[in-house]
Amino acid sequence: MPVTVRIPTVLRPATDGQRTVAVEGSTVGDVLGKLAADHPGVREQVFSADGTLHRFLNVYVNDDDVRYTGGLDTAVAAGDEVTLLPAVAGGSA
Amino acid sequence: MARYGSVLELIGNTPMVDVSALSPNDAARIWLKLEGKNPAGSVKDRVALALVDAAEDDGLLVPGKPDQVLIEPSSGNTGIALALVCRLRGYHLKVVLPDNVSPERRQLLGVYGAEVIDSPGAEGSNGAVRLARSLAVDHPAWVFLYQYANPANPAVHYATTGPEILADCPEVTHFVAGLGTSGTIIGVGTFLKERRPDVQVWAIEPPAGELVDGLRSLDDGYVPPVFSDANGEALLDRRVVVRPRESIEWTRRLAELGLFVGLSTGAAMAGAVRCAAGLPGGEDASIVVVSADDGWKYLSSDAWGGDLDDVVERASRTIYF
Repeated sequence: MPVTVRIPTVLRPATDGQRTVAVEGSTVGDVLGKLAADHPGVREQVFSADGTLHRFLNVYVNDDDVRYTGGLDTAVAAGDEVTLLPAVAGGSA
Repeated sequence: MARYGSVLELIGNTPMVDVSALSPNDAARIWLKLEGKNPAGSVKDRVALALVDAAEDDGLLVPGKPDQVLIEPSSGNTGIALALVCRLRGYHLKVVLPDNVSPERRQLLGVYGAEVIDSPGAEGSNGAVRLARSLAVDHPAWVFLYQYANPANPAVHYATTGPEILADCPEVTHFVAGLGTSGTIIGVGTFLKERRPDVQVWAIEPPAGELVDGLRSLDDGYVPPVFSDANGEALLDRRVVVRPRESIEWTRRLAELGLFVGLSTGAAMAGAVRCAAGLPGGEDASIVVVSADDGWKYLSSDAWGGDLDDVVERASRTIYF
């Protein structure tokens, strides 16, 4: 069973408008790599030139930011939800 | 009863209340620090006073000089707090406010005499920041304190909120607060980790709503300089998203304990509960959570009485956080 990747509005043109995409993989890096391979246009929005996550993209596994749980090496299991969210100003500001 | 010479002296020294009745873990106590008890109603009172004081110290603002104008982007609380401070100090405040914030915020700005400049709601807080920055460039005489980048913002939390927490809860093991400009997290987190290096710092954020994230491309994203300048990524231990439904559910549970707090407090509480639930069995913990404001500004959301699905749907269209 694959993981479900939730696609933000800003990336949907690259996923033919799909809000969620099912991807197989055992780490976050795996999943995002496959997503990029299947959907041209995703790679440059998700990764920086050096292969790290785009600085304005936050990636969550089950709502936990992967930058604090192992980054692209964070393990994912079948049924997990990987959410991509753009970094925006906000909160109680 | 204590007596004070000015409303501004009422800022800070907020109380903490035990909400462990909602903890899923008997060994984890949870304490809520009630920033809604500040005079303009939120944690942002501390920041607003600090921003204005710093600007006066730097000579950017001159007390008593006529016709001084400030401009600031805010989704509500900072604007309201600055409006109070500016009214008492004699400055004219223009607040750039997304046009889809809850109506109470706009009304409160009026109470303290601030002028509201609308920014497109579809562009969210990013849009308000963008418009304020461009207006500040066009009007160099206006003073732009810019809470997202002003070091006085985290500094006041380092100087006041952090020490209050350590004094009231010296056994603190975890600190949980909303992210926002990151001033609270950076200031309090830095203070606590200097004195208690094992303290874990958790940042809570709402997801950018589908209709209010307002981005054309990822390059329009934004990380507050307050966060990046302080290397916030190294300071935080966890950063978690709490969705509107869960925020509202926890806001309601807090009301069952008699706590009438805003929806962002429900989100922070949900984060604290996740933290408590994930701790190793039997490990004692004291989790301090910041309640950014009280519930008054959220009454129009009907968060406490309405059908949960309806409230969540409304929350997706309106900026309540």
